[in-house]
Amino acid sequence: MSTPAAEVSTGRSRRTKLFLLAGLLVALVLAGVISYYASADPDGLTKVSEDEGFAASEEAHDLEDSPLAGYETKDVDNERLSGGMAGVIGVGITFVVAGGVALAVRRRGGSADDRADPVESDAPRA
Amino acid sequence: MHVPDGFIDAPTSVAAGGVALIGVAACLRGARRELDERTAPMAGLVAAFVFAVQMLNFPVGAGTSGHLMGGALAAVLIGPWSGALAVTVVLLVQALLFADGGLSALGINVILMAFVTSAVGYATFRLVAGLLPRRLPSVPMAAGIGAFVSVPVAALVFVGFYAIGGTTDLSLGAVASAMIGVHLLIGIGEGVITALTVGSVIAVRPDLVYGARDLLPAQQLELRRPATEEAV
Repeated sequence: MSTPAAEVSTGRSRRTKLFLLAGLLVALVLAGVISYYASADPDGLTKVSEDEGFAASEEAHDLEDSPLAGYETKDVDNERLSGGMAGVIGVGITFVVAGGVALAVRRRGGSADDRADPVESDAPRA
Repeated sequence: MHVPDGFIDAPTSVAAGGVALIGVAACLRGARRELDERTAPMAGLVAAFVFAVQMLNFPVGAGTSGHLMGGALAAVLIGPWSGALAVTVVLLVQALLFADGGLSALGINVILMAFVTSAVGYATFRLVAGLLPRRLPSVPMAAGIGAFVSVPVAALVFVGFYAIGGTTDLSLGAVASAMIGVHLLIGIGEGVITALTVGSVIAVRPDLVYGARDLLPAQQLELRRPATEEAV
Protein backbone atom coordinates (compact mmCIF):
# COMPACT_ATOMS: atom_id res chain seq x y z
CA MET A 1 0.00 0.00 0.00
CA SER A 2 2.91 2.34 0.69
CA THR A 3 4.33 2.37 -2.84
CA PRO A 4 1.64 1.47 -5.33
CA ALA A 5 4.00 1.42 -8.33
CA ALA A 6 6.36 -1.11 -6.72
CA GLU A 7 3.42 -3.15 -5.52
CA VAL A 8 1.93 -3.30 -8.99
CA SER A 9 5.27 -4.26 -10.49
CA THR A 10 5.78 -7.14 -8.03
CA GLY A 11 2.18 -8.19 -8.61
CA ARG A 12 2.95 -8.15 -12.29
CA SER A 13 6.08 -10.27 -12.00
CA ARG A 14 4.20 -12.70 -9.77
CA ARG A 15 1.54 -12.95 -12.48
CA THR A 16 4.26 -13.57 -15.07
CA LYS A 17 5.70 -16.36 -12.90
CA LEU A 18 2.22 -17.85 -12.57
CA PHE A 19 1.79 -17.68 -16.32
CA LEU A 20 5.12 -19.44 -16.85
CA LEU A 21 4.21 -22.15 -14.36
CA ALA A 22 0.79 -22.67 -15.93
CA GLY A 23 2.34 -22.81 -19.41
CA LEU A 24 4.93 -25.34 -18.28
CA LEU A 25 2.22 -27.44 -16.69
CA VAL A 26 0.31 -27.47 -19.98
CA ALA A 27 3.47 -28.52 -21.86
CA LEU A 28 4.19 -31.27 -19.31
CA VAL A 29 0.65 -32.65 -19.57
CA LEU A 30 0.75 -32.57 -23.39
CA ALA A 31 4.14 -34.31 -23.57
CA GLY A 32 3.66 -36.58 -20.56
CA VAL A 33 0.04 -37.71 -20.96
CA ILE A 34 -1.66 -36.58 -24.16
CA SER A 35 1.25 -37.67 -26.40
CA TYR A 36 0.18 -41.29 -25.80
CA TYR A 37 -2.86 -40.62 -27.98
CA ALA A 38 -0.92 -39.07 -30.87
CA SER A 39 -1.20 -40.61 -34.33
CA ALA A 40 1.39 -43.32 -34.96
CA ASP A 41 1.09 -43.03 -38.75
CA PRO A 42 4.21 -41.98 -40.67
CA ASP A 43 4.57 -38.20 -40.94
CA GLY A 44 4.32 -36.29 -44.20
CA LEU A 45 7.97 -36.61 -45.22
CA THR A 46 8.21 -40.30 -44.24
CA LYS A 47 5.03 -41.09 -46.20
CA VAL A 48 6.28 -39.22 -49.27
CA SER A 49 9.62 -41.05 -49.05
CA GLU A 50 7.76 -44.38 -49.03
CA ASP A 51 5.40 -43.42 -51.86
CA GLU A 52 8.06 -41.84 -54.07
CA GLY A 53 10.67 -44.51 -53.45
CA PHE A 54 13.44 -42.90 -51.44
CA ALA A 55 12.59 -44.33 -48.01
CA ALA A 56 15.31 -46.98 -48.43
CA SER A 57 18.02 -44.31 -48.45
CA GLU A 58 17.30 -43.55 -44.79
CA GLU A 59 20.17 -44.53 -42.52
CA ALA A 60 19.86 -45.58 -38.89
CA HIS A 61 20.25 -42.75 -36.39
CA ASP A 62 23.72 -42.64 -34.81
CA LEU A 63 22.12 -42.40 -31.37
CA GLU A 64 19.33 -44.94 -31.87
CA ASP A 65 20.43 -46.85 -28.76
CA SER A 66 20.41 -43.80 -26.47
CA PRO A 67 18.18 -43.98 -23.37
CA LEU A 68 15.40 -41.76 -24.78
CA ALA A 69 15.63 -42.69 -28.47
CA GLY A 70 12.29 -42.62 -30.26
CA TYR A 71 10.61 -40.82 -27.33
CA GLU A 72 10.70 -44.01 -25.27
CA THR A 73 12.49 -44.45 -21.97
CA LYS A 74 14.85 -47.40 -22.04
CA ASP A 75 14.02 -50.28 -19.66
CA VAL A 76 10.56 -48.90 -18.91
CA ASP A 77 8.17 -51.49 -20.31
CA ASN A 78 4.87 -49.73 -19.72
CA GLU A 79 4.30 -47.92 -23.02
CA ARG A 80 2.34 -45.08 -21.44
CA LEU A 81 4.96 -44.49 -18.75
CA SER A 82 7.91 -44.91 -21.11
CA GLY A 83 6.65 -42.29 -23.56
CA GLY A 84 5.32 -40.01 -20.84
CA MET A 85 8.62 -39.93 -18.97
CA ALA A 86 10.52 -39.22 -22.19
CA GLY A 87 8.14 -36.35 -22.92
CA VAL A 88 8.43 -34.85 -19.43
CA ILE A 89 12.24 -35.07 -19.53
CA GLY A 90 12.27 -33.49 -22.98
CA VAL A 91 10.06 -30.58 -21.89
CA GLY A 92 12.25 -29.98 -18.85
CA ILE A 93 15.55 -30.04 -20.75
CA THR A 94 14.20 -27.90 -23.59
CA PHE A 95 12.90 -25.30 -21.10
CA VAL A 96 16.21 -25.12 -19.26
CA VAL A 97 18.38 -24.95 -22.40
CA ALA A 98 16.23 -22.46 -24.32
CA GLY A 99 15.57 -20.36 -21.20
CA GLY A 100 19.28 -20.39 -20.41
CA VAL A 101 20.23 -19.24 -23.91
CA ALA A 102 17.58 -16.50 -23.76
CA LEU A 103 18.78 -15.29 -20.36
CA ALA A 104 22.36 -15.22 -21.66
CA VAL A 105 21.56 -13.07 -24.71
CA ARG A 106 18.82 -10.82 -23.32
CA ARG A 107 19.11 -7.06 -22.91
CA ARG A 108 20.46 -6.28 -19.43
CA GLY A 109 19.16 -3.70 -17.00
CA GLY A 110 15.50 -3.80 -18.00
CA SER A 111 13.90 -1.46 -20.51
CA ALA A 112 15.41 1.55 -22.24
CA ASP A 113 13.52 3.82 -19.80
CA ASP A 114 15.18 2.18 -16.82
CA ARG A 115 18.58 2.60 -18.37
CA ALA A 116 18.04 6.35 -18.77
CA ASP A 117 17.84 6.83 -14.98
CA PRO A 118 21.48 6.20 -13.95
CA VAL A 119 22.63 8.55 -16.71
CA GLU A 120 20.47 11.31 -15.26
CA SER A 121 21.62 10.69 -11.69
CA ASP A 122 25.22 10.67 -12.89
CA ALA A 123 24.88 14.07 -14.46
CA PRO A 124 24.81 16.20 -11.24
CA ARG A 125 27.81 14.34 -9.85
CA ALA A 126 29.92 15.00 -12.95
CA MET B 1 9.39 -33.20 -41.30
CA HIS B 2 12.50 -34.36 -39.42
CA VAL B 3 14.94 -35.34 -42.17
CA PRO B 4 16.84 -38.53 -41.26
CA ASP B 5 20.42 -39.32 -42.23
CA GLY B 6 20.82 -40.63 -45.75
CA PHE B 7 18.14 -38.68 -47.68
CA ILE B 8 20.51 -35.85 -48.59
CA ASP B 9 24.18 -36.38 -49.51
CA ALA B 10 27.09 -35.41 -47.28
CA PRO B 11 28.36 -32.28 -49.12
CA THR B 12 24.88 -30.72 -49.13
CA SER B 13 24.36 -31.64 -45.47
CA VAL B 14 27.70 -30.14 -44.47
CA ALA B 15 26.99 -26.95 -46.43
CA ALA B 16 23.56 -26.74 -44.77
CA GLY B 17 25.26 -27.19 -41.40
CA GLY B 18 27.49 -24.20 -42.17
CA VAL B 19 24.52 -22.07 -43.19
CA ALA B 20 22.68 -23.14 -40.04
CA LEU B 21 25.64 -22.11 -37.85
CA ILE B 22 25.76 -18.66 -39.45
CA GLY B 23 22.00 -18.44 -39.03
CA VAL B 24 22.18 -19.32 -35.35
CA ALA B 25 24.82 -16.62 -34.84
CA ALA B 26 22.49 -14.12 -36.54
CA CYS B 27 19.59 -15.32 -34.34
CA LEU B 28 21.68 -14.84 -31.18
CA ARG B 29 22.33 -11.22 -32.23
CA GLY B 30 18.72 -10.61 -33.25
CA ALA B 31 17.28 -12.21 -30.12
CA ARG B 32 19.21 -9.71 -28.03
CA ARG B 33 16.96 -6.95 -29.35
CA GLU B 34 13.79 -8.96 -28.75
CA LEU B 35 14.33 -10.41 -25.28
CA ASP B 36 14.57 -8.58 -21.97
CA GLU B 37 14.49 -9.67 -18.33
CA ARG B 38 10.75 -10.19 -18.48
CA THR B 39 10.41 -12.02 -21.79
CA ALA B 40 13.55 -14.22 -21.65
CA PRO B 41 11.84 -16.96 -19.59
CA MET B 42 9.03 -16.88 -22.17
CA ALA B 43 11.56 -18.14 -24.74
CA GLY B 44 12.16 -21.18 -22.52
CA LEU B 45 8.44 -21.78 -22.18
CA VAL B 46 7.82 -21.38 -25.92
CA ALA B 47 10.57 -23.91 -26.73
CA ALA B 48 9.23 -26.37 -24.15
CA PHE B 49 5.70 -25.96 -25.49
CA VAL B 50 6.84 -26.50 -29.10
CA PHE B 51 8.73 -29.63 -27.99
CA ALA B 52 5.56 -30.95 -26.32
CA VAL B 53 3.23 -30.18 -29.22
CA GLN B 54 5.68 -31.68 -31.72
CA MET B 55 5.01 -35.02 -29.98
CA LEU B 56 1.32 -34.75 -30.85
CA ASN B 57 1.07 -36.11 -34.38
CA PHE B 58 -2.39 -35.55 -35.81
CA PRO B 59 -3.81 -37.63 -38.68
CA VAL B 60 -4.15 -35.93 -42.07
CA GLY B 61 -5.74 -38.89 -43.87
CA ALA B 62 -4.38 -41.67 -46.10
CA GLY B 63 -2.36 -43.21 -43.27
CA THR B 64 -0.31 -40.05 -42.85
CA SER B 65 0.23 -37.80 -39.86
CA GLY B 66 1.80 -34.45 -39.24
CA HIS B 67 2.82 -32.35 -36.29
CA LEU B 68 3.37 -28.70 -35.48
CA MET B 69 6.73 -27.27 -36.54
CA GLY B 70 6.21 -24.22 -34.40
CA GLY B 71 8.41 -21.63 -36.09
CA ALA B 72 5.55 -19.26 -36.85
CA LEU B 73 4.05 -19.73 -33.38
CA ALA B 74 7.36 -19.04 -31.66
CA ALA B 75 8.07 -16.02 -33.90
CA VAL B 76 4.72 -14.37 -33.10
CA LEU B 77 5.05 -15.06 -29.37
CA ILE B 78 8.68 -14.02 -28.76
CA GLY B 79 9.91 -12.44 -32.01
CA PRO B 80 11.29 -13.97 -35.22
CA TRP B 81 14.96 -14.24 -34.16
CA SER B 82 14.16 -15.63 -30.71
CA GLY B 83 11.51 -17.88 -32.23
CA ALA B 84 13.96 -19.42 -34.68
CA LEU B 85 16.43 -19.83 -31.82
CA ALA B 86 13.83 -21.54 -29.60
CA VAL B 87 12.88 -24.05 -32.33
CA THR B 88 16.60 -24.66 -33.01
CA VAL B 89 16.97 -25.69 -29.35
CA VAL B 90 13.98 -28.04 -29.75
CA LEU B 91 15.58 -29.65 -32.83
CA LEU B 92 18.94 -30.00 -31.05
CA VAL B 93 17.33 -31.72 -28.06
CA GLN B 94 15.33 -34.01 -30.38
CA ALA B 95 18.35 -35.01 -32.49
CA LEU B 96 20.76 -35.48 -29.57
CA LEU B 97 18.50 -37.07 -26.95
CA PHE B 98 15.55 -38.57 -28.82
CA ALA B 99 17.26 -39.79 -32.03
CA ASP B 100 14.68 -37.75 -33.99
CA GLY B 101 16.19 -36.06 -37.05
CA GLY B 102 19.56 -37.25 -38.32
CA LEU B 103 22.75 -35.82 -36.83
CA SER B 104 24.19 -35.18 -40.29
CA ALA B 105 20.85 -33.64 -41.31
CA LEU B 106 20.74 -31.30 -38.29
CA GLY B 107 21.66 -28.25 -40.37
CA ILE B 108 18.98 -29.08 -42.93
CA ASN B 109 16.39 -29.59 -40.21
CA VAL B 110 17.30 -26.31 -38.50
CA ILE B 111 16.99 -24.46 -41.82
CA LEU B 112 13.65 -26.11 -42.70
CA MET B 113 11.87 -26.21 -39.37
CA ALA B 114 13.40 -23.30 -37.45
CA PHE B 115 14.58 -20.68 -39.97
CA VAL B 116 12.15 -21.11 -42.87
CA THR B 117 9.04 -21.53 -40.72
CA SER B 118 9.94 -18.60 -38.44
CA ALA B 119 10.87 -16.28 -41.30
CA VAL B 120 8.01 -17.18 -43.64
CA GLY B 121 5.54 -17.47 -40.77
CA TYR B 122 6.48 -14.10 -39.29
CA ALA B 123 6.65 -12.27 -42.65
CA THR B 124 3.21 -13.61 -43.59
CA PHE B 125 1.92 -12.74 -40.11
CA ARG B 126 3.05 -9.09 -40.50
CA LEU B 127 1.57 -8.90 -43.99
CA VAL B 128 -1.81 -10.30 -42.95
CA ALA B 129 -1.89 -8.31 -39.70
CA GLY B 130 -1.38 -5.18 -41.79
CA LEU B 131 -4.48 -5.98 -43.81
CA LEU B 132 -6.69 -6.81 -40.82
CA PRO B 133 -8.18 -4.27 -38.39
CA ARG B 134 -5.67 -3.07 -35.80
CA ARG B 135 -7.25 -5.00 -32.93
CA LEU B 136 -6.02 -7.82 -30.69
CA PRO B 137 -8.33 -10.49 -32.20
CA SER B 138 -6.54 -9.97 -35.53
CA VAL B 139 -3.28 -11.29 -34.04
CA PRO B 140 -4.21 -14.99 -33.64
CA MET B 141 -5.87 -15.00 -37.06
CA ALA B 142 -2.80 -13.51 -38.78
CA ALA B 143 -0.56 -15.89 -36.80
CA GLY B 144 -2.63 -18.89 -37.94
CA ILE B 145 -2.40 -17.84 -41.60
CA GLY B 146 1.35 -17.28 -41.27
CA ALA B 147 1.73 -20.74 -39.72
CA PHE B 148 -0.37 -22.33 -42.47
CA VAL B 149 1.77 -20.77 -45.22
CA SER B 150 5.07 -21.67 -43.51
CA VAL B 151 4.55 -25.45 -43.75
CA PRO B 152 4.24 -25.97 -47.55
CA VAL B 153 7.07 -23.45 -48.03
CA ALA B 154 9.29 -25.54 -45.73
CA ALA B 155 8.24 -28.62 -47.76
CA LEU B 156 9.29 -26.79 -50.93
CA VAL B 157 12.67 -25.92 -49.42
CA PHE B 158 13.13 -29.62 -48.61
CA VAL B 159 12.52 -30.37 -52.30
CA GLY B 160 15.19 -27.75 -53.07
CA PHE B 161 17.65 -29.62 -50.86
CA TYR B 162 16.62 -32.84 -52.57
CA ALA B 163 17.26 -31.29 -55.98
CA ILE B 164 20.80 -30.33 -54.89
CA GLY B 165 21.78 -33.40 -52.88
CA GLY B 166 19.09 -36.08 -53.00
CA THR B 167 20.69 -39.53 -52.79
CA THR B 168 18.06 -41.31 -54.94
CA ASP B 169 17.46 -40.35 -58.56
CA LEU B 170 13.79 -39.40 -58.74
CA SER B 171 11.34 -37.22 -60.58
CA LEU B 172 11.60 -33.95 -58.66
CA GLY B 173 8.19 -32.88 -59.90
CA ALA B 174 6.56 -35.92 -58.32
CA VAL B 175 8.41 -35.37 -55.01
CA ALA B 176 7.47 -31.69 -55.05
CA SER B 177 3.77 -32.24 -55.67
CA ALA B 178 3.57 -35.04 -53.08
CA MET B 179 5.45 -32.96 -50.47
CA ILE B 180 3.39 -29.82 -51.07
CA GLY B 181 0.12 -31.74 -51.20
CA VAL B 182 0.49 -33.45 -47.83
CA HIS B 183 2.06 -30.38 -46.20
CA LEU B 184 -0.86 -28.17 -47.23
CA LEU B 185 -2.98 -30.48 -45.06
CA ILE B 186 -0.44 -30.48 -42.22
CA GLY B 187 -0.31 -26.68 -42.61
CA ILE B 188 -4.01 -26.47 -41.73
CA GLY B 189 -3.24 -28.20 -38.42
CA GLU B 190 -0.25 -25.91 -37.90
CA GLY B 191 -2.46 -22.88 -38.53
CA VAL B 192 -5.23 -24.01 -36.19
CA ILE B 193 -2.85 -24.92 -33.33
CA THR B 194 -0.95 -21.64 -33.77
CA ALA B 195 -4.12 -19.50 -33.83
CA LEU B 196 -5.55 -21.26 -30.76
CA THR B 197 -2.30 -20.96 -28.81
CA VAL B 198 -1.68 -17.30 -29.67
CA GLY B 199 -5.37 -16.59 -28.94
CA SER B 200 -5.08 -18.21 -25.51
CA VAL B 201 -2.00 -16.18 -24.56
CA ILE B 202 -3.62 -12.97 -25.88
CA ALA B 203 -6.66 -13.69 -23.71
CA VAL B 204 -4.67 -13.73 -20.47
CA ARG B 205 -1.41 -11.85 -21.12
CA PRO B 206 -1.44 -9.86 -24.37
CA ASP B 207 1.60 -7.95 -23.09
CA LEU B 208 3.68 -11.14 -23.38
CA VAL B 209 2.95 -11.56 -27.11
CA TYR B 210 5.69 -10.02 -29.26
CA GLY B 211 3.41 -9.80 -32.30
CA ALA B 212 0.81 -7.79 -30.34
CA ARG B 213 3.22 -5.15 -29.03
CA ASP B 214 2.16 -2.22 -31.16
CA LEU B 215 -1.52 -2.90 -30.43
CA LEU B 216 -1.19 -2.31 -26.70
CA PRO B 217 -1.12 1.06 -24.97
CA ALA B 218 2.22 2.18 -23.54
CA GLN B 219 3.29 -0.18 -20.77
CA GLN B 220 3.43 2.48 -18.07
CA LEU B 221 -0.26 3.24 -18.62
CA GLU B 222 -1.06 -0.49 -18.42
CA LEU B 223 0.90 -0.73 -15.18
CA ARG B 224 -0.77 2.04 -13.26
CA ARG B 225 -4.38 1.50 -14.23
CA PRO B 226 -5.12 -1.33 -11.77
CA ALA B 227 -3.43 0.60 -8.93
CA THR B 228 -5.64 3.66 -9.45
CA GLU B 229 -8.73 1.50 -9.50
CA GLU B 230 -7.72 -0.14 -6.25
CA ALA B 231 -7.04 3.23 -4.65
CA VAL B 232 -10.56 4.42 -5.57
